[in-house]
Amino acid sequence: MTDDPRSRLSDDPRQPLDVRIDSPAREGLTGTTPASLYTRLKEDDQITIAPNWRPMDEQPSWRTDFPIDWPQDHYVERRDFMKFMVLTSLAFTVGQFWIAAQNWWRRRRGRAEITRIASLDNLPVGGIVTFAFPGPHDDCVLVRPQENVLVAYSQKCTHLSCAVRPRVEAGVIHCPCHEGYFDLAMGRPISGPPRRPLPIVHLEVRGKQIFATGIEERTT
Amino acid sequence: MNVHRPFTRQQRTTIIHGMVAFVLMLVVLQLWLLTATMNAYLGGDESVIWPAAGASLACLALNAGLLRYLYHIDRARQ
Repeated sequence: MTDDPRSRLSDDPRQPLDVRIDSPAREGLTGTTPASLYTRLKEDDQITIAPNWRPMDEQPSWRTDFPIDWPQDHYVERRDFMKFMVLTSLAFTVGQFWIAAQNWWRRRRGRAEITRIASLDNLPVGGIVTFAFPGPHDDCVLVRPQENVLVAYSQKCTHLSCAVRPRVEAGVIHCPCHEGYFDLAMGRPISGPPRRPLPIVHLEVRGKQIFATGIEERTT
Repeated sequence: MNVHRPFTRQQRTTIIHGMVAFVLMLVVLQLWLLTATMNAYLGGDESVIWPAAGASLACLALNAGLLRYLYHIDRARQ
């Protein structure tokens, strides 16, 4: 039986090749590849490419059993991630306006009323008095480190709002939760996690009575 | 039925990579704005609150615009 090259190609419908070198189908080609080989069988968007870029016949069986259009999967993944990021962006913007609303509410409350908090007679040098100012849940602490010196601060640590405790003999205010320390004279953070100073309570002494006249939050 | 899209999927994937990078930068900027504004607010500094809210809103508008463009290029045309 003679081996006719045309008979070997006749089973493949994509390659109806006339093997003669001067056939019209091969006109313009320099090699032996049939022109029909270059025609697209599928659109780019329909070609499945596995994540390891190997052909499908080299993939594990589970991947061929559950074929996934990986480029489409990657595309949808990134598209959904972008939607999630835009939602996150919306959440951050809502947070900004929530701060603005809180600020508006804080300003609307106005200045705190002047409140009597202690008497000099009941506060010896080195003594400490706790009081609530300006609201009933805003705990503050008044300290008399020297005869003629009075300081008062909010008792909430500026790190995570734990109650701070003055240590008059050491000249510091200590936060026991995370070992934060503030300077007793100015309320500024000197070590530990707090970064902002304690809000300072403005005081006024009238006769022997000590009054809180306002509270000031500070960034530095 | 012949479906026509302005870009091929490969082109759209490239576009979306660029968009995601840009959106991520904007979201990180918004996160920084939020933490800085919260710190200023808790410290009693009110001057930055509204400018920061405006900047964050502008970032959101950019992100939403990009998402809208993504829907636009993703939409099939007959």
